[in-house]
Amino acid sequence: MHSMTTFADQPLEEQIAQWRNYLRRRQAVHGPDVEELEGHLRDQLAALTEAGLAADEAFLVAVKRMGNLDALSREFARAHSERLWKQLVVAPEADAPANTSRTEILVVLSLALAAGLAVKLPALFGLPLSPEEEVPPFYFRNASLFVFPLLTVYFLWKRGVNAVSGLWLALPFTAAAVVANVFPFHNPERLDNFPVGSDTQVLTVLHLPIALWVMAVGVAYVGGRWFSSGRRMDFVRFSGELAIYYVLIALGGGVVAAFTAMLFSAIDMNPAWFIGGWLIPCGAAGAVIIGSWLVEAKQSVIENMAPVLTRLFTPLFTILLLVFLVTMAWTGSPINVKREVLIGFDLLLVVVVGLVLYAASARDPQAPPDFFDGLQLLLVVSALVVDGVTLAAIAARISEFGFTPNRVAALGENLILLVNLTWSAWLYMRFMRHRGSFADLERWQIAYLPVYAIWAALVVVIFPPVFGYR
Amino acid sequence: MDMSKDLVAASATPLVLAILAEGDSYGYAIIKRVAELSGGHLQWTDGMLYPVLHRLERQGYVAAKWAASENGRRRKYYRISKEGRAHLAAQREQWKAVDGTLRGIWMQACTV
Repeated sequence: MHSMTTFADQPLEEQIAQWRNYLRRRQAVHGPDVEELEGHLRDQLAALTEAGLAADEAFLVAVKRMGNLDALSREFARAHSERLWKQLVVAPEADAPANTSRTEILVVLSLALAAGLAVKLPALFGLPLSPEEEVPPFYFRNASLFVFPLLTVYFLWKRGVNAVSGLWLALPFTAAAVVANVFPFHNPERLDNFPVGSDTQVLTVLHLPIALWVMAVGVAYVGGRWFSSGRRMDFVRFSGELAIYYVLIALGGGVVAAFTAMLFSAIDMNPAWFIGGWLIPCGAAGAVIIGSWLVEAKQSVIENMAPVLTRLFTPLFTILLLVFLVTMAWTGSPINVKREVLIGFDLLLVVVVGLVLYAASARDPQAPPDFFDGLQLLLVVSALVVDGVTLAAIAARISEFGFTPNRVAALGENLILLVNLTWSAWLYMRFMRHRGSFADLERWQIAYLPVYAIWAALVVVIFPPVFGYR
Repeated sequence: MDMSKDLVAASATPLVLAILAEGDSYGYAIIKRVAELSGGHLQWTDGMLYPVLHRLERQGYVAAKWAASENGRRRKYYRISKEGRAHLAAQREQWKAVDGTLRGIWMQACTV
């Protein structure tokens, strides 16, 4: 850079950098515009200092002449109204070389294609997916193994983790493949309940993705820095955003499938083999990679959706839980301890923990408690009561009929959530009374994350042999 | 003399196009040229020039290109297009009509 517009005066350069960063935060003013405006500012500064002004005086005058930045960004927004509606596929950042983003698109597309083809691989070994027959349980047991390894590769590549340390992540996947396919499950070709099928197989299907998501994909996502709580929180945000993107992509995929069916039925052909055998399974696998890439590309650009949905649904879930508890107390009906019901209750509590987590992820930890925090506390407390009631029902069932894999898994999960919710409620209470900071709650939620993964891994690895694969 | 905001805004397009019709230029130089031509009567808020330039670029009246400047930094240069020249000619007619009308009525006021 030439001496004329890079100023020897260090404080002046700092002031310019501050001004630039301030301008960059405006969403209507893009990178090249910032560069153009900065160029103007520097030309102006050069002229003013040449005219004899001191550096700080020149800066004041130049910034004043540039005008009010709010008004300026409003004008930019009017000249480029589309910038407030951000495009879905983001242009590369100004300072990133253009070829990295092109390489990234190639990597992402190849990985998505590989994920789609991976789903078709078992068909070569006599396990086809066909719309007329039920999906073989093999696909459910291995669902996460079709996509997660490729997603892990994407993050390792993206974070520039070297291949040798990346190889460590082959370990959980290998272990998962062994556990899911070598364990001699009772009647493995049936996914129904014991005594027809195997309960532990169903538990594996449900828990393996959770364990791998955190232990392999999560580790790759944070680039190996699993102990940095900031990165962990990013992974939580990523997971939530991905879920939302995935649902959106799935909706679009459903529309494509419906039109495929309509168009080919119109000419008397039956495309069911293609839709059921290729479009949906390959699309579902590839969409995980594409969705992850979109979340990665958009994280700095679009408003996050998960916190918005959290705000929307916290009141609704609070009301739902309160009404449910009142109704149960009023009618005295006990909880029906069946697998589906237990899973439902666990999912409900997971949703509550998710609401707390996403509220924490989007909240300014410095802000004082407000009405929404009170609502969150109410939600946590009512979830605690629901959890207690469920636990009592499970315990009663166990003492009457003994241990089964489902009951023990449900017991463990409810206890884990009970611990989380109790401590969260305690921290929320301290925060509401100004005795603690919100950051404590955030740290607690983040620190607790591995517990879910470890429990899920235990269910997958220990339960089948302990319960005799039934 | 404080000029009304509306008038400043309305005159921005023909003024920028007319300056670019003299030759390719960039933001800072255009501002300097405006100040010079108006004898300091037309004071623009510097930043506001850029949304105007970008709007003209989208309308196809000017074309922009990043190029190295004499000081080594990248700079965005603007050049008037054929459509820009046509638009400038049309604007010129309109301003002439306004100017002529006002002149007429003010001359009358002097002679009455």
